[in-house]
Amino acid sequence: MTRNRADDLRARIGDTDLVLVLGVMIAMYAMFTAFGLLLGLGFGSIVSTLQQITFLTAAYALIVLALNLQWGYAGLLNIGVAGFMAVGVYTMAILTASPDPGPTGVPGFGLPLLVGILGGMLAAALFGGLVALPAIRLRADYLAIVTLAFGEIIRIAVNSQTFQSVSVLGFETGTGGSRGIQGPTNPVRALYYTDPSNPALGRTEIGGVIFDAFGALGVEEPVVVDLTYTLVLLGFVVLFYVLLTRIVKSPFGRVLKAIREDELVAKSLGKHTSRFKIITFMTGCALMGLGGILWQGSQSLVTPDQFDPLLTFYVFIALIIGGSGSNTGGVIGAALFVGLLFQGPVFASRLVSNFAGFESAPNTFPDAVAGLGSLDVQPLVAYSLSEIQSLRFVLVGVVLILVMAKRPQGVLGHRKSPAVGVDPYRRDPDGDETESPTDRGNANEATESDSS
Amino acid sequence: MNIATLLAGGRTRLGSHFFELLVGVGLAVLLFDLLRRLVTDTLRVFDLFLFVKEGIVLGLVIGLAGIGLALTYSILHFPNFAHGDYITMGAFAGWVVSYVIAGLGSFDLRDLFLIGVRGDAGGVAVGTSVVQTPVAIVTGLLVAIAFTILATILIDRVIYRPMRDEGVITLLITSVGVALILRYSIAFVWGQETTTLTANSRPQFTAPGIGVQVSTHELTLVACTLVLIAGIHYLIQQTKLGTAMRAMADNPDLAAITGIPTERVVLATWIIAGGATGAAGYLVGLETGILAFNTGWTLLLLIFAAVILGGVGSIYGAIFGGLVIGIVSNVALVWIPSDFTTAAAFLVMIVVLLVKPKGLFEGVTTA
Repeated sequence: MTRNRADDLRARIGDTDLVLVLGVMIAMYAMFTAFGLLLGLGFGSIVSTLQQITFLTAAYALIVLALNLQWGYAGLLNIGVAGFMAVGVYTMAILTASPDPGPTGVPGFGLPLLVGILGGMLAAALFGGLVALPAIRLRADYLAIVTLAFGEIIRIAVNSQTFQSVSVLGFETGTGGSRGIQGPTNPVRALYYTDPSNPALGRTEIGGVIFDAFGALGVEEPVVVDLTYTLVLLGFVVLFYVLLTRIVKSPFGRVLKAIREDELVAKSLGKHTSRFKIITFMTGCALMGLGGILWQGSQSLVTPDQFDPLLTFYVFIALIIGGSGSNTGGVIGAALFVGLLFQGPVFASRLVSNFAGFESAPNTFPDAVAGLGSLDVQPLVAYSLSEIQSLRFVLVGVVLILVMAKRPQGVLGHRKSPAVGVDPYRRDPDGDETESPTDRGNANEATESDSS
Repeated sequence: MNIATLLAGGRTRLGSHFFELLVGVGLAVLLFDLLRRLVTDTLRVFDLFLFVKEGIVLGLVIGLAGIGLALTYSILHFPNFAHGDYITMGAFAGWVVSYVIAGLGSFDLRDLFLIGVRGDAGGVAVGTSVVQTPVAIVTGLLVAIAFTILATILIDRVIYRPMRDEGVITLLITSVGVALILRYSIAFVWGQETTTLTANSRPQFTAPGIGVQVSTHELTLVACTLVLIAGIHYLIQQTKLGTAMRAMADNPDLAAITGIPTERVVLATWIIAGGATGAAGYLVGLETGILAFNTGWTLLLLIFAAVILGGVGSIYGAIFGGLVIGIVSNVALVWIPSDFTTAAAFLVMIVVLLVKPKGLFEGVTTA
């Protein structure tokens, strides 16, 4: 059978998942390099573009992986992702902010960054527990609405003037309200600058060498720093991936998958299912907090707008495209979402307007369609290009519906790992026992039809 | 996990009434504090009445918008996240017609189409209000209802119908896709700014004895909502269609087996839900006087809160839940700053889910 040959091929290549992810990333890079060349960007700008794509992919991948633990493996529909990220990021920012930040900043506790990050994760986990403890026994759709409401409560809280500045046990601190709170200095900068918070004071030795090398290629200093931080982020993606793969392959993970498939069965086998669900929910929230810190916390300013509920839906779309229940799928979904849905349309519209050479776009929709009367589509096209931000969301919606209608399991969802540790459908008794449960073919089709 | 076991243990010891007891004590404390404030005059009676009036108006808006959501939730068995954008859609459709009727001749048709989001034809300039332009308002309301019905049927035919047998989560996520398409199509055409719809809502009436003022637009909203609720009540309780709908909400398989034409009932459900939703959208615009591409989306969570509060599937529950949410989020101003009123409404929903996971109208479906 062809499937056996494909399996042989996979075994020979080795880690096919890595090949898949790299393949998708290379395709994305090729696409955006082509965009850059066609737009006439220099080498430096193209590197900067690719860096942004990689950064966003890695950031989404972190959150998608955390969500996959909750939804893909335990079946907990959490649509308050942005809220839990906000809890992590704001806690970190408040803990690490300098007690004396100057006139515009928000004072904090001035603790080391590591303490801030751990504190942020802990806070996110605790808030996760606060929501999960009562809500976990509710129906899946109720849990969804409760988590969404929770996310909104958090956003309202950090946006409000009440918490803009408060004093805790004599300490002056706060969230900064709608103006936001400053993020900590990125530790990556210490590699390049003698004073990380002020680049003007000089470079370190390594900084000098690397900046000169990249500068010769036309890549500017900030891009080099961002590039380095993106590498750190990629390291965390690998860390998340390994951690989650280990969790879901453990006996604990098997129980989770059993709960996802049929909670009653898991319960009647003597598993304390709500405890498993609460622990999973809290772990996922802690990882979302960490992901949020690595992503939004790396910006110089943290504002409530960064945690719009839409962000949660983006993460969901990335996970759904990749296929929930598959970690590799989640990473690929993140790359596809960022490349094709998030940044792709923007570049495509720039490209079209560059080459078409339209006169200025009409300001309003009626003006744009007025041309249609005389069969002139140019105003409408120009207007569409200028409103690409809105059209991008329409595209996201269309893709979401198409995926749900045509392939609800996502690109790699057919590899959703089955709840059983040993494959009951395996015919070949000499099969490789160490083979990962995610690498199976026909068995999953059976599990899938059971679960849908 | 220790907390979980502790809580579980506490529940068994105190019976299943642990949360009820807690909520009861909390309510008693709040009520006592409210009385104390009234007696010590830190809260004026007038203010309290004002909060309650604002709460009832907001509550009826949420309740009316919630009817459509409750109907589709109970009969199609999924929470429609596009519901908020159906509201926005109805509002835009209706108000464009109102503007065209009210301002034809004195304004450019293109500007009227943009209903003041861009261009010269702003609400004050066109002078739309119930008293000044009654024909435009009534026509607009009818168009909002008709347009939303047609659009919901179209969306059902193209998107939801082929997925009828899918699970609740699949449909939920699909509806998020529908929501994004609708919301940003509206943003594409009308932009992302907020527009002022109405010229004014005068004359105002003063309620005798209380001194709270009620505007014409608020009265219109209350009257329309009551008429619509009565109509839907008649439809569901007194007609054969209503019986079929209640049967489907209760047990879809049994309903199909007894020969109820389920697809036709679904169609009727969308028609009723779409009509109520379109009307709600238009009336929200009339009462608040403002409209933006995300008006419905921001209302959606409150509507969900109301529907869940009442117990999914009951239209009376939805209206009652709407009133609770509306009054809570306004009376909460007695204790908390105005930033947090929405948060208070969500908190009430979460608390109700803890005490009565099936809602206040537990076990009643579309009846």
